[in-house]
Amino acid sequence: MVATYEPKTDYKVIGTNPIRHDGLDKVTGRAIYGGDVKAPGLIWGDVLRSPHAHARIKSIDTSAAEAMDGVFAVLTHADFPAAEEREISAGEDTVNLKRDQANVMADDKVHYKGHVVAAVAAVDRNTAQQAANAIKVKYEVLKPVSSVDAAMSKDAPIILESLVGDHLGERVPNTNVARIFRHEFGDVDAAFAASDLVIERTVTMSMIHQGYIEPHNATAIWAQDGNLTVWSSTQGSFGVRSQTAGMLGIPESRVKVNYVEIGGGFGGKTKVYFAPIAALLSKKSGGRPVKLVMDRTSVFEATGPAPGGKVRMKIGVTNGKLTAADTDLMLESGGYPGSAVGAAAICVFACYNLPSSRITGYDILVNKPKSAAYRAPGSPQASFAVETVIDEICDELGVDKIQFRLDNAAHEGTRRGDGVKFSRVGLEECLIAAKESDHWKSPLGKAPAGKARGRGIASAYWMNGGGKSTCDLMLQDDGTVMLNEGSADIGGTRTSIAMQAAEVLGIPVEDFHPSIPDTDSIGFTGVTGGSRTTYTTGLAAYNAAHKLVDELKERLADLWETEVDKIQFADGVFTANGDSIGIQELAGKLDPTGGPATATASVNLAQAGNAYGVQICDLEVDLATGKTDVIRYTAVQDVGKAVHPQYAEGQIQGGVVQGLGWALNEEYFITEDGAMANKSFLDYRMPTSLDMPMIDTIMVEVPNPLHPYGVRGVGEVPICPPLSAATQAIKQATGRSYYELPVKPGRILEAANGI
Amino acid sequence: MATVFLPFALRKYADGAERVVVPASTLGELIENLEAAYPGTKRHLIQDDALKPGLAAIVGLVATRRGLLQKLDDDVEVHFITAISGGASLTDRSRH
Repeated sequence: MVATYEPKTDYKVIGTNPIRHDGLDKVTGRAIYGGDVKAPGLIWGDVLRSPHAHARIKSIDTSAAEAMDGVFAVLTHADFPAAEEREISAGEDTVNLKRDQANVMADDKVHYKGHVVAAVAAVDRNTAQQAANAIKVKYEVLKPVSSVDAAMSKDAPIILESLVGDHLGERVPNTNVARIFRHEFGDVDAAFAASDLVIERTVTMSMIHQGYIEPHNATAIWAQDGNLTVWSSTQGSFGVRSQTAGMLGIPESRVKVNYVEIGGGFGGKTKVYFAPIAALLSKKSGGRPVKLVMDRTSVFEATGPAPGGKVRMKIGVTNGKLTAADTDLMLESGGYPGSAVGAAAICVFACYNLPSSRITGYDILVNKPKSAAYRAPGSPQASFAVETVIDEICDELGVDKIQFRLDNAAHEGTRRGDGVKFSRVGLEECLIAAKESDHWKSPLGKAPAGKARGRGIASAYWMNGGGKSTCDLMLQDDGTVMLNEGSADIGGTRTSIAMQAAEVLGIPVEDFHPSIPDTDSIGFTGVTGGSRTTYTTGLAAYNAAHKLVDELKERLADLWETEVDKIQFADGVFTANGDSIGIQELAGKLDPTGGPATATASVNLAQAGNAYGVQICDLEVDLATGKTDVIRYTAVQDVGKAVHPQYAEGQIQGGVVQGLGWALNEEYFITEDGAMANKSFLDYRMPTSLDMPMIDTIMVEVPNPLHPYGVRGVGEVPICPPLSAATQAIKQATGRSYYELPVKPGRILEAANGI
Repeated sequence: MATVFLPFALRKYADGAERVVVPASTLGELIENLEAAYPGTKRHLIQDDALKPGLAAIVGLVATRRGLLQKLDDDVEVHFITAISGGASLTDRSRH
């Protein structure tokens, strides 16, 4: 049974913009991040990484490192316990312990340049680095596999020899394709045959990185009693606990993960890299605290980016109505299986009401870092492909691009590509808002001499997540509330969660003191990812607040010598039989009724409610240099209910900027030997504030029936439409179509010059 | 009776059918009855007496969190889809 709600409308707290509780600490530098962690007797760890993208490890000689003064421990894969070949849940993702352990430290092969081969712990960071460099490794260098086409070619070197692929249910050895799966309904081929117009295109996109500012880090103490304590920058402390315990073969109850602030993750901090290494180094160093901090080059070369790949897309239309769609989604998983292709398949056709569709997904190994989640993982790639073809259909038919989408929009009862029906969704409302926006109604304007302008539009979908969360409330004598919750704070979620309890209790959110305790001190809470946190942990806070109200009614019945069901509670005030008392005043009178009043609630929720975005991009192309400048951008999104509108707007704007980087500049530039050439922020060109105009936002609020305030997830879908919106704008400006991302200046000039 | 939308890889056990109707009052019972009618399907869906890691069951319009205990209304649709990661498989990875 899934609870559904009729959202209220007369909010006191929801929909306001209070100052975030962690704001002062963060702007004054007092907030503690992973790199700030100190402990008595702290020593430093460092790692040796592979210089080759694909190689077999013939031998590792650690003797020179072990003999160095100041070195406490040296680690190779042989020091890890044998991990089970099993998958565990890691929030919105799953983790294969054996393969993720090999990703943390290579076993018999290196699968990408930068793959960790060995680690050391030493008295200081320089000594650790020197010792790591003193380790001698003999490699048999193998030919790297750098693209999905190369991976699927007949003579492709096999990256993971133990892999037996699952190809539409058949077990296939000696393959780089870990998995082929399909969703199909309706008679796709017959529908194409009967269609007035069928367009088929193939698009490609590069692997890209989340580019979070704070690099990965971990500090660990493996105490003599067998208990392990970890600090690590992560989107989910419980994920660090389960993955670390699983890779080390110890019970999760032996591992305590302390929360530290996170300097960006965007999905890339759902997997562990250094925590198991720091733990084993600590154990081998006699229980000394060991700390590792990654450098930027290693973040690029060795931590999970978003997969690149190739998508074939075929769509049919008759009399302005879509008839069928067929796609092959081929995404790079990196050095081990597990790309976002499963999510891409769910999202790819979710904007359209299709009578038949066929989606085939390919999870393909390449000699690049193991991919990880990145903001709506898989959906941007899928959106780029489908929206590119939809745009061409609109051009071919000469129809309004928003009206065509409205005529074919997914709505309640539409089947998603995987066959699942939608509940109430807000795509049509977003399209109408876009159509009525000042941006869409305004002319593009004349470009300056030597430049050309274009406008693009695209829509996209993300399903959002639910899962498990916990929240504790502790009412203080002075009427304030201590709130503990388990979600890593990204984008101000402490406050958006506290606001939901404040709305119930009628206590100002400024009187809440939200904290994120360690994993021993709060109930299980899933990763901050999948756009789940404000919805799921917020609902735990909402439920805990109602429990607290119930508890206080019991106490007040004792004080007022009346019956509980005669006590009413509204807007922070209890009333009964002509008496009344505010909740904050009551807090100081509870001692005779049993002492402190607390409440806790845990939830395990279904999905958060489907999210849609529609975006309009105007940009200018310098015809001499190919440089693009976005000159106006509007993002329309169904947010369900914006708990803290400024946060929601910030999430949308941030997602747009990251999506524009993906469209226009960002890429893993891979050389012939499989190395990433642009492994610094100097050469990996992410957009900065100087590159962007103000991103205008239009928040549509179609309440999610699964949440009492109608909350849906916000943070992920806005990264999806920019890939196509920007590309179609360039198409209109230059008169040429682009099927390869990023559409960087060189690519525009090559197309202009017929290269 | 529940209508089960079979994952593509499982349709071979049901003569290529896209969907089949199975009597059941819980998800666990549905999978047992599915196996009885279409032998070979269960091992793709169950591991250690629970839904396989990385596999989600959609009952009606939303993903259930009740697992095999999920009660099924009459005429409900049931879908089995993979988690967000493409690394999770519908087939028996434990033997891979």
